[in-house]
Amino acid sequence: MERNLMKGNEAIAEAAMRAGCKCFFGYPITPQTEISAYLAKNMAKNGGLFLQAESEVAAINMVLGASSTGTRVMTSSSSPGISLKSEGISYIAASDLPCVIVNVQRGGPGLGGIQPSQADYWQATKALGHGDFHILVFAPSSVQEMVDMVTEAFDLADEYRMPAMLLADGLLGQMMEPVSFPEKRTEFSPKPWATDGHKNKREHNIVNSLFLQPDVLQNSVVKRFERYEEIKEKHAQAEVYLCEDAEIVVTAYGATARVAKSAVNAARAKGIKAGLFRPKTLWPYPEKRLNDACKTAKRVLCVEMSMGQMIDDVKLALECRIPVEFFGKTGGVIPTPTEVLAQIEKYAE
Amino acid sequence: MATTHEIVLAGFGGQGILFAGKILAYSGLMDEKEVSWLPSYGPEMRGGTANCSVCISDEPIGSPLVLNPDLLIAMNLPSYRKFIGAVKPGGTAVMDSVMVEEKSDRTDINCFYVPASRIAEDEGLSGMANIILIGKLIGETGIISLEHLRKAFEKSVPAKKANLISYNMKAIEIGMQYRK
Repeated sequence: MERNLMKGNEAIAEAAMRAGCKCFFGYPITPQTEISAYLAKNMAKNGGLFLQAESEVAAINMVLGASSTGTRVMTSSSSPGISLKSEGISYIAASDLPCVIVNVQRGGPGLGGIQPSQADYWQATKALGHGDFHILVFAPSSVQEMVDMVTEAFDLADEYRMPAMLLADGLLGQMMEPVSFPEKRTEFSPKPWATDGHKNKREHNIVNSLFLQPDVLQNSVVKRFERYEEIKEKHAQAEVYLCEDAEIVVTAYGATARVAKSAVNAARAKGIKAGLFRPKTLWPYPEKRLNDACKTAKRVLCVEMSMGQMIDDVKLALECRIPVEFFGKTGGVIPTPTEVLAQIEKYAE
Repeated sequence: MATTHEIVLAGFGGQGILFAGKILAYSGLMDEKEVSWLPSYGPEMRGGTANCSVCISDEPIGSPLVLNPDLLIAMNLPSYRKFIGAVKPGGTAVMDSVMVEEKSDRTDINCFYVPASRIAEDEGLSGMANIILIGKLIGETGIISLEHLRKAFEKSVPAKKANLISYNMKAIEIGMQYRK
């Protein structure tokens, strides 16, 4: 298959069109603006709609509207913009609507900076809006994976009628790597729930997130959580690298996992039994895979571009049976392989 | 043993630093290598140095951010001062000597000083100092073949501007042949 050199942001945009995304609503923000720029240029040519909304809040509500009609729809932003979208995301989840949301993370909190960061892990996996709900969270680690995961995100979002997020960062969004694309999707599963007009040939479909009767609301939430259990069972994904005999397992996702992998290779060259566990989905978290990867581990080292957020899920998954150490950089600072190697050496002793 | 070339290209915005990096990355891709290209997009772009990291390897690339390059192209003084000390021992640095008026006292790396901006003007290749420096870099290191380089230009120059390919190849040739 032909491989082309492409920026992560542009690859996300192209992959979305090929996955059948017909509407994009967004508002520019560094470091993800190339997604908007690419779709502004190409969406209409592909029979779709690109619209720059007046704000992030407007954009996410346009997503809700388009999704109600059964249309594949996407929005993208970076950290502060995602915070603005959070109310709308909660409404979308509560309405059982599918959509894809891209967060190309930058340093926070507040307006923060524009350099790569992973400080929105908690937001994405625990509390992206009010109420009892989850969204699917994919964590690509290369430009190719951005393409593959956008495609899968659209499919799973439709299958389970829920929002799916691609949690990337400025480094992945801005870098170019060789990438190849799947053929353009032409066939889709029907969406009998969509409010797409029927000329009185069936019962009305209603999209709604307001349930004033507590027992009715409870029932809708519980049903959603039953679906979550199935997703946890079937769709938690991870890459496990050199963990068969590892005494120290490094856990990292996204761009940081690339740095960690270089460090693990360097540690192996020095005779240290190190391995890498890289979750590809952050919700559901691949808990079972992590436990399998840590069978021979005496210590776990969690590396993140934050003050330590994913480490909570690592500890929960391992039920604190193995000591979990942390190394992180934040605010847009990227850890280096040398720094991570030094941490591995420190804890391997 | 797998080889990995880690390259930093740095200069002012507008000197074609990012394009030069893209050409190197594309050349690697044409050679069926693994490649990555990472631009600086932060505040340093506004007025100071623009730079990009390029990796070309036989193996999947870990961190695309290059802190200690094997190969450096520096097109202005601030970039030169920022990166010359970071070049790995045994590495190669190519400077535009019109813009970089200093000489490095490092003896553990190979430094080449090419008055690329002036040559570009003299040869009617205005704005192609970046490509002349790439010519010098590959002339000295052989990391990329001319065939793959030509394919890279064909890939990255828009069809409407196909006449630019021959100018770019001429700039490469001048850079390769520059001796002093």
